[in-house]
Amino acid sequence: MPEAVEPRVRVQQEDFDVASEIDQLTGGRKDIGAVVTFTGLCRDENGRLAALELEHYPAMAEAEICRIAREAAERWSLSGLSIIHRFGKILPGENIVLVVAASTHRRAALDAADFLMDYLKSRAPFWKKEHPADGAASQWVEAKPADEDALDRWR
Amino acid sequence: MKLVYFAWVRERIGKEAETLTPPDEVKTVADLLEWLKARGDGYAAALEVPEIIRVAVDQQHVTHDSRLPENGEIALFPPMTGG
Repeated sequence: MPEAVEPRVRVQQEDFDVASEIDQLTGGRKDIGAVVTFTGLCRDENGRLAALELEHYPAMAEAEICRIAREAAERWSLSGLSIIHRFGKILPGENIVLVVAASTHRRAALDAADFLMDYLKSRAPFWKKEHPADGAASQWVEAKPADEDALDRWR
Repeated sequence: MKLVYFAWVRERIGKEAETLTPPDEVKTVADLLEWLKARGDGYAAALEVPEIIRVAVDQQHVTHDSRLPENGEIALFPPMTGG
């Protein structure tokens, strides 16, 4: 078993550029056969949502994402792994989260990205608050039991 | 110990962080939640259903039956909605 790749993890307010993140993992390499990217975006919920506000636990967020990412890197044979999670105010159409997984063959990258998104949803210390377009009071998004159930697939 | 609160737990308690010294009989995370709940209306509202509250000790998730450390940062928050 080759040594697990060291994941790159960033928690930031700024947007990210998907193409440049892929390039940082694959640039100059000839051993990678598959790159899977998952980008989570802010939906407008059919015009009802004006913005999302993402609160996070700064001292823990990056550390927890690193723990999840290392688990993925140990479980699947990856050539590279990058995760970016944004916080702060995010408008409909904007990016929230990015997972880039690279591997020799596609299955490892596909499964690792899927695993990471399931775990990020229920384990990374972020909380979404919705600001409605009609000016009504903002509301915390409730966690879905299905998100917690999704983790069972990986046990 | 230092307590930090996030999302609606923070809003209901009405503060982001505080330093408290619980009595000796408060030994586990579950004990701490029960003790805090009796501290006032905001705490009672935040911790109304203690089972759903998520807890981290020194930035790592823990279960409610975990022993509290002598010192450290205890974070209380709702189920996470990241990703």
